[in-house]
Amino acid sequence: MAETVTRDNWPDALYRLLRENGVTQFAYVPDAGHKVLIDRSLADPDVHAVPLTTEEEGVALVAGADLGGQRAVLLMQSSGVGNCINMLSLTQGGRFPFLTLVSMRGEYGEGNPWQFAMGQAVEPVLKAMGVIVLRAETPDDAIEAVTAAITMAFQAGQQVAVLLTQRLIGAKKF
Amino acid sequence: MAKLNKLQTASLPDPVLDRRQAVPALIESPGDFLMIAGLAGTAWELSALTHESPSLFGLAGAMGAAPMLGLGLALAQPKRRVLVATGDGELLMNVGALATIALQNPPNLTIICVDNGHYGETGNQESHTGFGVRLDVMAAGAGFPVVYVINTEADMPEGRRLMREGGGLTFILLRVKEGPATHLGKKNLIPHIERDRFRAALLG
Repeated sequence: MAETVTRDNWPDALYRLLRENGVTQFAYVPDAGHKVLIDRSLADPDVHAVPLTTEEEGVALVAGADLGGQRAVLLMQSSGVGNCINMLSLTQGGRFPFLTLVSMRGEYGEGNPWQFAMGQAVEPVLKAMGVIVLRAETPDDAIEAVTAAITMAFQAGQQVAVLLTQRLIGAKKF
Repeated sequence: MAKLNKLQTASLPDPVLDRRQAVPALIESPGDFLMIAGLAGTAWELSALTHESPSLFGLAGAMGAAPMLGLGLALAQPKRRVLVATGDGELLMNVGALATIALQNPPNLTIICVDNGHYGETGNQESHTGFGVRLDVMAAGAGFPVVYVINTEADMPEGRRLMREGGGLTFILLRVKEGPATHLGKKNLIPHIERDRFRAALLG
């Protein structure tokens, strides 16, 4: 992307990147770290914004979208990764393209002790279920990593998670 | 021994239908639909019914996935009718999906729950619906605009009509006796092969 991304505008740049690459189903469990992506998808008449009751629903939705020839993304918080574990049998066994953006808790600067168990388990859990993990620490990282993940998922048919870390999204906001 | 609560809401008549006849009779012409089948009985019987049609994606794992697979497919293919057939146990595992699906309200999606009140694959333990939990009431509460219960043969024609010309997103509770599903041998469903077949047939 030619434009300069900043600490303020990177979520909007991320939304444009996903749309330019044909993503038309946005599944999410509400999370402050994904606020812009959620609001943009809800306001966009050309996409389906799909609020979920639990994150594992989104794993199956992404696979169903692929069966029908559409591209989807799952937006969730790190705690939601734990809810997805067995459902990732579907994406791994079916070799479905899978793209998820995970807003992290329970790491850099976290103040809520409840968040650490799942936050620290996100990477090993995803890797154990065959999902490739990329991390984004800065606004530039976020755009680069999601660009890379889009290619890996939709061109190479891989299952990929991009972790939007607390260094990127800020621990104090929560 | 602990005793499970037999719910007083269990006002439905005892099931009389045999799924081996009732499921084919309800679906009738599977070629009308893109189909998702939940594990395990419905996946076997739809596989048999369609002679392993490439328009069927059947699950032998990832329990709870079928309704949301159907939603993703229905949103992606608004001009095709999408049919999800799944069991009471599979649906109960992710029953919140009914709420998620109702918010999207895709008019081209029908969910059939083949409710035998039992976990047929795991030793035939009684399921929550066997104790009176009402999945039709849950679907109505979630906001499904069309909810229909099939108890007897006489209810079938209306079910067949709703699936094809219903007034939008439809939930059909097909109540059957416990007992085996039609199963043609022990051939495994290989998920990535099913995905490739399904996409090739639909998308070219």
